[in-house]
Amino acid sequence: MTDDARSRIDSTVKASDVVLFMKGTPLFPQCGFSSRAVAILEHLGVEYASVDVLQDQGIRQGIKEYSDWPTIPQLYVKGEFVGGSDIMMEMYESGELSQLLQDQGVTPAQ
Amino acid sequence: MPMAAEEIETMIKAAIPDAEIEITDLAGDGDHYAARVVSESFRGLPRVRQHQRVYAALEGRMGGVLHALQLTTAIPN
Repeated sequence: MTDDARSRIDSTVKASDVVLFMKGTPLFPQCGFSSRAVAILEHLGVEYASVDVLQDQGIRQGIKEYSDWPTIPQLYVKGEFVGGSDIMMEMYESGELSQLLQDQGVTPAQ
Repeated sequence: MPMAAEEIETMIKAAIPDAEIEITDLAGDGDHYAARVVSESFRGLPRVRQHQRVYAALEGRMGGVLHALQLTTAIPN
């Protein structure tokens, strides 16, 4: 990963409480897994920033190394890596994800 | 190049010998799988670390030749 990609990822995950690295955009996800991740965040009603890795090869490759995680999407909460779409789904279904967001002081957008 | 279910199972088993592995070919195309991996060695590990161990077992194929592997990990009851 380039230093440039690392520092951009670093500032991105710290700039917003909830950040989703995905393929495409929340309105037009380009992959089923990214689409599922968006659906979960929409259900939880939290505000989140999204990064379309298809628009940026540096981030697309860099984020895999940064998180030590081979696939997209990837969810960050308060600068910490939470997981990909399978973990998001499991945590959503068990209530852990809303608990985590609540514990981190991330409340649903009114 | 897709990967055979047996190959996925063999690689996971090599890295996590006590694992019970169930693999489902979701689309019948040899490219979209679901895997459930149950291992005592996951005990005490956060879920992200459990998944990372399975990905490590696949030695870089995940996200490359293997596009879709819906992964569930668990500890034996």
